[in-house]
Amino acid sequence: MSADTAKGIRLSRRRFLQILAGAAGALVVGVRVAEAGDAPLPPEWLGNDFHDLGAYVRIDTEGNVLIGARDPDTGTGVATALPMIIADELDADWNRVSVVHLGLGVETGGNGKPQWTYGRQRGGTGDSIPAAWADLRYAGALARWLLTQAAAHRLGVAADRLRCEAGTVIAPDGRRVTYGSLVDDASKLDLPAQPPTPKPPQRYTLIGKPVGDVDAHAIVTGQAKYAIDHHEAEALVAVLLHCPWPDGSLASIDTAPALAVKGVVKVMQLKPEPGQPPGQTVIAPAVAVLAENTWAALQGRGKLKLEWKPGASASESSAALEQQAVALLGSQSAPTTRVRDDGDVEKAAKHAAIRVDATYYQPWLAHACAEPMNCLARIDKDQAGLVVPTQAPQQAFAVVQRLTGIAPGNIEIRVPRVGGGYGRRLDHDYVAEAVLLAKAMNKSVRLLWPQSEDFTHDYYRPASVYKVSAAIDRKRNVSAWNQRVASASALAGRGVPADRQWSSEVSADQLPAGLVPNFRSDWYAQASALPRGPHRAMPHLANAFAAESFIDEIAHQLREDPLKTRLRLIGEPRNIALGGGRMLDTGRLRNVLQLVADRIGWKDWLHSVNGLGIACWHMDGAYVAHAVETSLQNDTLGIERVVCAVDVGRAINPLGLAGQVSGATLDALSTALNLAITTRDGKVQQHDWKDYPLASMAQLPDSVETIIVPDDDRPPTGASFLAMPTAAPALANAVFRVSAVRVRRLPLMKEFLRLQ
Amino acid sequence: MAPAQAHGVPVVPDSVIVPEAVRSGIAVEINGERFVHTGDPQMPLLWYLRDVLQLTGTKYGGEHGGNGTDLVLVNDKPVSAIGQPMAKLAGKRITTVEGLAANDGTLHPLQQAFIDEDAIGCGYCIPGWLIAGVDLLKRKPHPDDGDIDQLPNSCRCGVQARVRAAIKRAAAGKAGQA
Ligand code: FES
Repeated sequence: MSADTAKGIRLSRRRFLQILAGAAGALVVGVRVAEAGDAPLPPEWLGNDFHDLGAYVRIDTEGNVLIGARDPDTGTGVATALPMIIADELDADWNRVSVVHLGLGVETGGNGKPQWTYGRQRGGTGDSIPAAWADLRYAGALARWLLTQAAAHRLGVAADRLRCEAGTVIAPDGRRVTYGSLVDDASKLDLPAQPPTPKPPQRYTLIGKPVGDVDAHAIVTGQAKYAIDHHEAEALVAVLLHCPWPDGSLASIDTAPALAVKGVVKVMQLKPEPGQPPGQTVIAPAVAVLAENTWAALQGRGKLKLEWKPGASASESSAALEQQAVALLGSQSAPTTRVRDDGDVEKAAKHAAIRVDATYYQPWLAHACAEPMNCLARIDKDQAGLVVPTQAPQQAFAVVQRLTGIAPGNIEIRVPRVGGGYGRRLDHDYVAEAVLLAKAMNKSVRLLWPQSEDFTHDYYRPASVYKVSAAIDRKRNVSAWNQRVASASALAGRGVPADRQWSSEVSADQLPAGLVPNFRSDWYAQASALPRGPHRAMPHLANAFAAESFIDEIAHQLREDPLKTRLRLIGEPRNIALGGGRMLDTGRLRNVLQLVADRIGWKDWLHSVNGLGIACWHMDGAYVAHAVETSLQNDTLGIERVVCAVDVGRAINPLGLAGQVSGATLDALSTALNLAITTRDGKVQQHDWKDYPLASMAQLPDSVETIIVPDDDRPPTGASFLAMPTAAPALANAVFRVSAVRVRRLPLMKEFLRLQ
Repeated sequence: MAPAQAHGVPVVPDSVIVPEAVRSGIAVEINGERFVHTGDPQMPLLWYLRDVLQLTGTKYGGEHGGNGTDLVLVNDKPVSAIGQPMAKLAGKRITTVEGLAANDGTLHPLQQAFIDEDAIGCGYCIPGWLIAGVDLLKRKPHPDDGDIDQLPNSCRCGVQARVRAAIKRAAAGKAGQA
């Protein structure tokens, strides 16, 4: 029995399928998460309050299929991939499918608590596809089952002798009935006692085929509406100005010049609510200028005369924090958490033939979303309506409900396509602001953060210092790996127990854990006033840079080809238990590594005028490797080629996956090359794209050669940030080969120029 | 066909010519249509497009033009819409991303090439890339990599390699042949 079927049985008890005859003669199928326990509930207890488009699938009498994409699409392609799963199970004709971005599906449950219509709704955290895989296949399979039953009646043929293809049911004798003509009959049928069995993978027709982004046409014609593009008659525009210190306060303000600007209606102050965790209240004291249009609001903001009073954080600087981290790691003090301790590191170190040590420094990072923080909010006495660019509508909902007390079913949250997330929009400080302003003004408010606010008031990825030391035994094997990391946890203040705060900073099963018999990972907590939060691929981004650079340094000490060092370390194909149910499949890891090496022409690495670098990684059951070729001409560093191989199990949409791989690779290179947030006197020093420069076309490689390992035997894993962690170390390793400069500090370009 | 008089409803003639009110303002042509801006002459084009006309394809990306998210063509030259006060635009011809396709909806070859190459991340910066790319293809129908390197845009989602492929596809006349 495959893991999939086991899950299916569990799901059939926990989740319920439902049909609903739509008002206009449509077949609507949804999946509902039961409210209590695991006991199966009869469908009629579940209610039939599927408003608008129903839950997931709606087929009309013309045969048009409308599929709802439940997870926000921040550019990860889930609005395409999730509907593909349903459409394949349904044997729909993809050309007749339209996709709608579902808003939050929330209703007031029996106890007044929210009840989620569509189950989990979250995007950009890499787990949309794995989480949807079972649910969505059942939704599609149920719709197909109903249509087939209806066709069986119509044709007088047993249902199991019928087959479905592109929106048609076909009898053995060749008679065909279209889905559209079966909708009326199908919607009158009873639900099956057991959820119908999804298709065997051999019969997939859409899953695994390259499919273009469902929003592509709307995007290239400028018709796609992001939250920031939504208007509402009479809405005021609120433009924000935040205090540079999260713990500062407003010392004085003269609003008269701002109010004198034509169109400015009001100036209001906002403050973080004490005791609320980060991301659920205003990020820092702020002043909002409300006006009839954005231009007036921006002008008003420019005319505000105010002074902020610094808080205790005004003594903080990123440079001092780094020195502190270095001191901490150099001291004898015990770690905040011993994350992992395999074998006996001290003993192995004592018997070492060679010792290798290095320290790696990584900067604070901002999310730098293209679409600035914004939110359209309307709050009436007992109704709330929002349009929000969020990655987690259920968390946005919690903020709205807390601040308004409105019944769950009366809160509408719409989530159009989102202009980038990368973890920033898992926090909802900007939603709190919009709600507070809309409530106070008794009017719709379109909140907008000028983009400079995004740079200066983010939940930053914490900077970190890594001190790693390895023992090499007489057989030239890595016998011990001892790493110590100091950083401020991104989870601090978020209700996560102190002994788990490391988990945003270090991955417990990061390579080479499992491969080195004596492996220790210690984490040292630092304090910082700078708001921190989840960031794309964290903590893997930072971990992989240090670990995969360090393995290269070990290879250098051994005077060995770094590919060979890695292959020796990885060893023969086998499964290694990493704890917590996680496995490392060394065969899959080897495979992606070998694939990129072959593609970039690694065999010739010693003779290449250019430098070749390589790195591999695994996260959440997926495997990735990068190979990078760099050139050095007249002291100018160039990235000539990049190859990336990924193994994510079954790939739902290989085109979308290739896009994620290409995108994450270039994002990672751009970040590694240029980007850092620094603070002085507690203030963030970057305000603009000029201070935080994403890579230009010229800095980046012309293409990303992507290899997707065909792997249809395993259920799909997420991939939106899989290609982030290894790009930077592969680049740094290639830079070393071409220049003999070992970059241990990011951003790379600045450090390279300093060392060169 | 004129409706018959019924139930005392006056007959409405087939067409009525209503003389346009005389307005003083800044006349501009946007995507082939004429508009008169009667508000603050200092209002940047970006906010006129987005707030007044609700042509929201041109995206806000910061007070200094972001990463090219707010590019538009003014008299066929790409400029940042936030840097253009309406006062400077009297009589100018403006093309936004909404104006790239033909009137019958046929996409510009570069728009089609973006679809063919799936050159889309979150999509927010794409209108800006399209404006810059359309301008490049007009100046250089067969741009080389060095020409493409000069594009002023950037993208957090990492769409650059796919944009390059899309521009080359459009230049090769292969758009629509995915
Ligand atoms: S596609 Fe998201 S910023 Fe470019």
